[in-house]
Amino acid sequence: MSDQLVMSSVARQARSHAWWNAVNAWLLLLPAAVLLLAFTHYPILATIRHSFFITRRNGTEAFVGLDSYHSMAADPIFWRALANNFWFALGTIPTSIALALLMAIWVNRNMRGRGFLRLAYFTPTVLPMIAVANIWLFFYTPDYGLLDQLRGLFGFGGWNWLGDPSTVMGCLIVMVIWKEAGFFMIFYLAALQQLSPDLEEAAAVEGASRWYTFRRITFPLLMPTTLFVAINAVINSFKLVDHLVIMTKGGPNNASTLLLYYIYEVAFTFQDSAYAATLTVVLLVLLSTVALIKFGYLDRRIHYQ
Amino acid sequence: MNGRTHPLEAVAAWLLALLWLAPLAYAFWSALHPAAYATSFSLSAPWTLENFVRAWHQAPFGRYYLNTVILVVLILIGQLVLSTLAAYAFARFKFKGSGIAFALVLLQLMIMPDVLIVENYRMIGKLGLLDTIPAIALPYLASAFGIFLLRQTFKSVPLELVEAARVEGAGPLQILWRVYVPLARPTYVAFGLVSVSYHWNNFLWPLIVTNSVEARPLTVGLAVFGAPETGVDWSIITAATVMTMAPLLFAFLLFQRQFVQSFMRAGIR
Repeated sequence: MSDQLVMSSVARQARSHAWWNAVNAWLLLLPAAVLLLAFTHYPILATIRHSFFITRRNGTEAFVGLDSYHSMAADPIFWRALANNFWFALGTIPTSIALALLMAIWVNRNMRGRGFLRLAYFTPTVLPMIAVANIWLFFYTPDYGLLDQLRGLFGFGGWNWLGDPSTVMGCLIVMVIWKEAGFFMIFYLAALQQLSPDLEEAAAVEGASRWYTFRRITFPLLMPTTLFVAINAVINSFKLVDHLVIMTKGGPNNASTLLLYYIYEVAFTFQDSAYAATLTVVLLVLLSTVALIKFGYLDRRIHYQ
Repeated sequence: MNGRTHPLEAVAAWLLALLWLAPLAYAFWSALHPAAYATSFSLSAPWTLENFVRAWHQAPFGRYYLNTVILVVLILIGQLVLSTLAAYAFARFKFKGSGIAFALVLLQLMIMPDVLIVENYRMIGKLGLLDTIPAIALPYLASAFGIFLLRQTFKSVPLELVEAARVEGAGPLQILWRVYVPLARPTYVAFGLVSVSYHWNNFLWPLIVTNSVEARPLTVGLAVFGAPETGVDWSIITAATVMTMAPLLFAFLLFQRQFVQSFMRAGIR
């Protein structure tokens, strides 16, 4: 009997200890939780709710069910922005990753001036996109911009790089590669420094060529990093729109509109926040898909232990 | 990975580096020379600081600087305090729902406030904070990235140290302050550098929630200033551009190693 009493008092103590633990933990979480709820979770739900409404001309909103989605499906600018986002990702990601890998391999060696090379490759990363856009805007200026001056040397005439639907996307892609490659380099550099040098030495002893070693040993070992960088790059490609405000405003003729920029325009220029919500849902679905791949598969295997 | 480098590769590495520095070098050239030389590069071009003086007087850059510094400091302090508390809860307390709570935090890594501009604008409006510096900071104060980074670091703190502090009679907050925080210093530096550079450079959200000089940070000020309609010339725009990025660039040149390492540390998350 008394044994039982002791047991239950220990259990009660343990239970109250656990309860006290939980109270403490939630108190610690409270400030961050309130802000996360207010600026991440609630807005996500509110976005979904608003996507079923339309904004009337007088600013009030009316429930229309899936109508907004039907209008979106019929909206050529939406499809244009989505397609642009696809080409933008395809244009920037593989090239920046390849360059990043090359840079990382170079600055990981005992090459002369290694510190300077690292600095040079990484510098664009710390610059504000808006400043970068200002500088590159000048390169692309018709006639007296740097690019046209170079063309002039070879006897070509001026070209309105950002004003021509066929060249505008290419111009932005080149600029973003310049801005991002150094950032991805850092991930590869970190990965390279964790690789055992023995492998390469062994390959060298075996007489394997450098290209062969890279192709058969280094690159496969870096595969997790490549996937990780690629996923982050995809997410980035949906968020990167600062330069459009300065350089093109999505033009000419929507040739450079990206999804987030279109959302911004619909919400804050056309004042149609309900339709902007519908568009945002598409962006959320895209990002969640990427997130599921990232958490469900990649990070479990690779980066979160 | 320290294999010998082929001379051709060294040349290529250097060419790429020069190509990578060229846009920046151009910005400095144009900012430091009279407008007539903005596009013609000649060694005999006279140097001048005139463009900076004129840019400074054409827009309230002093105010923009102040706003940006206040903004960045506000965000950094908020993030450090909130992330530390939350990370501590996740790293060292067992409680029901911690798994779900953590997943809900991580959601913000993917769906950042940058994407939720429409609803966040409404929220800031409801709070009556439109066109203020806190409005720019609020959505970013709780940082999933900071919480995650610190949680990983806190988890690696040896429990013996915690036990020793507890024996000495320290409560949970004292243990956090005396044991965990000092041991996580490198993580704090890494997170701080990444956060400061991110928010110094951030643009879209500040553009949306501010519309007056009193609240505008540098990036938005620069965008307003550089609008082609205003008809200012390139030398002045590049001078303003250089002014906007100078503090961060200068800090980067001084603390290069820490910068690169902090990005690496943050990168291996």
